[in-house]
Amino acid sequence: MKDKLEAKDLSVSFGTVQAVKHVSCSLRSNVITAIIGPSGCGKSTLIKSFNRLNDLVEGARTTGAVLLDGEDVYANGFNVVELRRRVGMVFQKPNPFPKSIYDNVAYGPRIHGTKAKAELDPIVETSLKQAALWDEVSDRLTASAFDLSGGQQQRLCIARALAVQPEILLMDEPCSALDPLATARIEQLMVDLKREYTVVIVTHNMQQAARVSDFTAFLYLGELIEYGPTRQVFERPTAELTENYLTGRFG
Amino acid sequence: MNVKRLKERVYFTLFRVATAAVLVFLSLMIWVFLSNGVGVLNWTFLTDIPRRGMTEGGIFPAIVGTLYLTLGAIVFALPVGVASAIYLVEYAGEGRVARAINAAITNLAGVPSIIHGLFGFGLFVNLLGLGTSLLSGSLTLALLILPLVISASREALLSVPRAFREGSLALGATKWESIRHNVLPYAVPGILTGTILAVARAAGETAPIILTATFFFRPAIPSSLLDGTMALATHIYYMATQHHSILLVRPLTYGAVLVLLGLVLSLNLVAILIRTRHRKGKKW
Repeated sequence: MKDKLEAKDLSVSFGTVQAVKHVSCSLRSNVITAIIGPSGCGKSTLIKSFNRLNDLVEGARTTGAVLLDGEDVYANGFNVVELRRRVGMVFQKPNPFPKSIYDNVAYGPRIHGTKAKAELDPIVETSLKQAALWDEVSDRLTASAFDLSGGQQQRLCIARALAVQPEILLMDEPCSALDPLATARIEQLMVDLKREYTVVIVTHNMQQAARVSDFTAFLYLGELIEYGPTRQVFERPTAELTENYLTGRFG
Repeated sequence: MNVKRLKERVYFTLFRVATAAVLVFLSLMIWVFLSNGVGVLNWTFLTDIPRRGMTEGGIFPAIVGTLYLTLGAIVFALPVGVASAIYLVEYAGEGRVARAINAAITNLAGVPSIIHGLFGFGLFVNLLGLGTSLLSGSLTLALLILPLVISASREALLSVPRAFREGSLALGATKWESIRHNVLPYAVPGILTGTILAVARAAGETAPIILTATFFFRPAIPSSLLDGTMALATHIYYMATQHHSILLVRPLTYGAVLVLLGLVLSLNLVAILIRTRHRKGKKW
């Protein structure tokens, strides 16, 4: 296992508020890393700094470095568009486009230059299969994505992200808007996906982190308090703050 | 307690009377125009040129002139308006410059139409040498409706959820690709509705085109953009105030009023239809 993504003294601030403070950690490839912590601790801001989506927020300032395969994505001249193709993202609330199921998945490949239907068809099928949605939608690919249930919409968004063949998949509380059954499906899916992808998931659900992740990072008030193999973090945390959080004394 | 109830009654009655007054005036207006003008409405009136010093014949050149002028206004104002709105919403951010531009646009919308007319007369007719022409009139009307088109387009763009933009950017689309594929298509109905309402207003404007595009009498369809024209709004003005026998042509004037009213109301109706259809189809 090698390091895929590395944060080096990473800080993000919005105006005068510092959301992420001097975080350094490296994420291994082909594992699931969970980022846990109470609401407002900077979890989402941290993963959105990995694909530079914080750039969209007016007044956001990032210092330090994020190395993708050893290259700083914040370096001058780094191709942000290419970065976002390599580092895919699934959002908290399912956000399919108001297009057909097929067009949602095909959107990414299309903007990256794959236009022919003969080439797109297999990409759409594979992506939907990887997202465990194919069996439910294969007979109605032209239906609107908005006709799907919330859980299906989220899996569609995962398929959409996979269709551009990213190397890393960032998931920002992907199950927070879903029921327990849909959540279980997505969790199973994450475990399947780590064979080919590096998965980073933000969750406020500690059980979820314990169930699916290999590594866990605990973030508190923007600082990285603890980071290590999930079992170790959950069973023998080194910081008192981590233990207090995991045992439900605050959060 | 009784005083409270009495007050309640008085205020509600006041509000009701105010509403009723509006309805009364509107009905009165429509009644006056219909009763006086409907008699002259027939196929010849709509399709013939004015004859015998505009005391007989139809208003066809004025109808066509109004259609050409409004169409010209759309052609110039729509692309510029939409492009400006995209810049303001998607690129300009929320800084001081953007706020200043927005304030300027709001103020521009409040400029009286006669001033637009004078400006168009000075710039297009004289300085650029376009003369009294369809082109000068269309450009002047375009300037007049530009702030309205920009405001409508801004609202339409802002109503498209942020999540569409983020979802697209997160897939490695460029900003323009995201706007082109996942913002603009969903803003089109709103942009169209606003533009049609703006154009409906432009169709009835008199001052801007009287100075830049129209003639008292030009009984031919303009054949080039540099030709002058007749138009409904100015035709009504001339017939009501400048004609050699105003009283004689009064029924014809009312007829022209009805045609203009019908045109403007149909445009508004189209805008409303687009809006309701869009609301039904919208799922986010």
